[in-house]
Amino acid sequence: MTNSDRNRLKDKVFQVFGVFCTFIGLVVLAIFLIDIVQEGIARIDWDFLMDLPSRRASSAGILTAWVGTLWLLVLTALISFPLGVGAGIYLEEYSRKTKLSNFLEINIANLAGVPSIIYGLLGLEIFVRQMRLGGSLLAGALTLSLLILPIIIVTTREAIKAVPGSVRDGSYALGASKWQTIWNQVLPASFGGILTGIILALSRAVGEAAPLIVIGALAYVPFTPASPLDEFTVLPIQIFNWTSRPQEEFLTNAAAAIIVLLFITFLLNGIAVYLRNRQQRKIRW
Amino acid sequence: MKISEKIIEGLLWLSAVITILVTIGIIWVLLSESIAFFQEVSIVDFLTEKEWTPLFADKKFGIMPLVAGTLLTTFIAISVALPIGLTIAVYLNEYAHATLKQVVKPMLEVLATIPTVVYGFFALTVVTPFLQAIIPSLAGFNALSAGIVMGIMIIPMISSLSEDAISAVPRSLREAAYGMGSTRLQTAFGVMVPAASSGIVVSVILAISRAVGETMIVAIAAGQQPRLTLNPLVPIETITTYIVQVSLGDVPHGSLEYRTIFAAGITLFVFTFALNNISFWIKKKYQEKYD
Repeated sequence: MTNSDRNRLKDKVFQVFGVFCTFIGLVVLAIFLIDIVQEGIARIDWDFLMDLPSRRASSAGILTAWVGTLWLLVLTALISFPLGVGAGIYLEEYSRKTKLSNFLEINIANLAGVPSIIYGLLGLEIFVRQMRLGGSLLAGALTLSLLILPIIIVTTREAIKAVPGSVRDGSYALGASKWQTIWNQVLPASFGGILTGIILALSRAVGEAAPLIVIGALAYVPFTPASPLDEFTVLPIQIFNWTSRPQEEFLTNAAAAIIVLLFITFLLNGIAVYLRNRQQRKIRW
Repeated sequence: MKISEKIIEGLLWLSAVITILVTIGIIWVLLSESIAFFQEVSIVDFLTEKEWTPLFADKKFGIMPLVAGTLLTTFIAISVALPIGLTIAVYLNEYAHATLKQVVKPMLEVLATIPTVVYGFFALTVVTPFLQAIIPSLAGFNALSAGIVMGIMIIPMISSLSEDAISAVPRSLREAAYGMGSTRLQTAFGVMVPAASSGIVVSVILAISRAVGETMIVAIAAGQQPRLTLNPLVPIETITTYIVQVSLGDVPHGSLEYRTIFAAGITLFVFTFALNNISFWIKKKYQEKYD
């Protein structure tokens, strides 16, 4: 075998290994989803969705968990949307290349890498203790908002950056002020991208359990929350709680709740991908 | 007109500055509570003591077992994710058809969107029983399953970022390598990967940082027994799991036990902060190498 034959063989071997590695991730994903569906799908019915939690696995439902998740989603969106988009607009349209803007940029990159459980510790001290919100929906939403703020800021900036300068110049030429230009031209043009970012960020927030456990969200809440100051539970915490029990029936419950959680997560991600594709096709500057 | 514009600019500035307040808040919270902690526990004991038993009658405050557990699961995760992730990046760039790449990349990224509590369930109910069939001595809670599943979770992080880095290498380098008669493999690992090395290193450091801070997988599947060991087959406890464990109990606010979670938290923060800054520094330093 000549040297070049050997190299060609190595090349082929790596190609096979490459296919193997690429598909092992997908195969594991498939096995996992099939396993979850097999274990949990039979448990999902109207009663499971509408029942309160219970000590007995067979009568336990996820009503409080998914209602809490929806509450938290809406509150988190309301808090993080103006903050994140505002910060994104400021950094992209207003800030000049100063030491402060440079520092802001490094800081946001750093915040994106802070583990979610650390945000839980922040929320515990600031929102739960200092602001005396207790383990309420509002404390949870504030904590999650800070957690996803970096994602929203980064995607808002990308979306705004994609709007060409000629659009701004045209607006200025017609006598519009800076804010009028941003409000009437830049934001509508970049709204699809901004929305994509927010939905992606929210889909991340939906799956978070750790920071909410730290701020004291409970696993057992026998009522659905009626106001932002009520105590709450969410699907990931309910799943965690059921997973950590030894009885087999609770694992079945956990699998069923996971199907509901994955449905919400994939739905949000699907919407984001759809919006991104539509945006890319629609706009031709 | 002028005034309202100024007010709007001020509000936008404020929302940007909130991000700085968040950082200050994190550091202040972690520092103030851990300073109170270190007034009662000597920092030397914290760093050198080999046992972590703050919730027992005989209290020992050595962070080393928690750090060992964290590093062990992280090491296993990276050992899974780095070879697979890098191979995927190279394969998609040098071998795969462009359409395959377009289909596979988003499919792989689904792995990163699955909530980690779901991965924890997977580790506990699928991976651990499977591994127990191969390794009978494997405990029900162990670092191995948690680490492997965490590795699967961070594959897309490494493969996506590395793939971006490799495709950013100028075409001329690849063409030069082919012109010299290199095979795809030689081009990939002799030219493309070294040229994209800074981007690949950044992806790996970010993945390590993510694994160090990952909570729910280890909280569900790795156990709650702080021990100073490198044995992946027995239950261990990570820094993040300890924080969850205390949060689920009812430790009174202001007690020494309460403050341990902030001491653990600041240790975690220091680790991830250092890793994130190293990756940021590498990115900045090598960004414009080929421009």
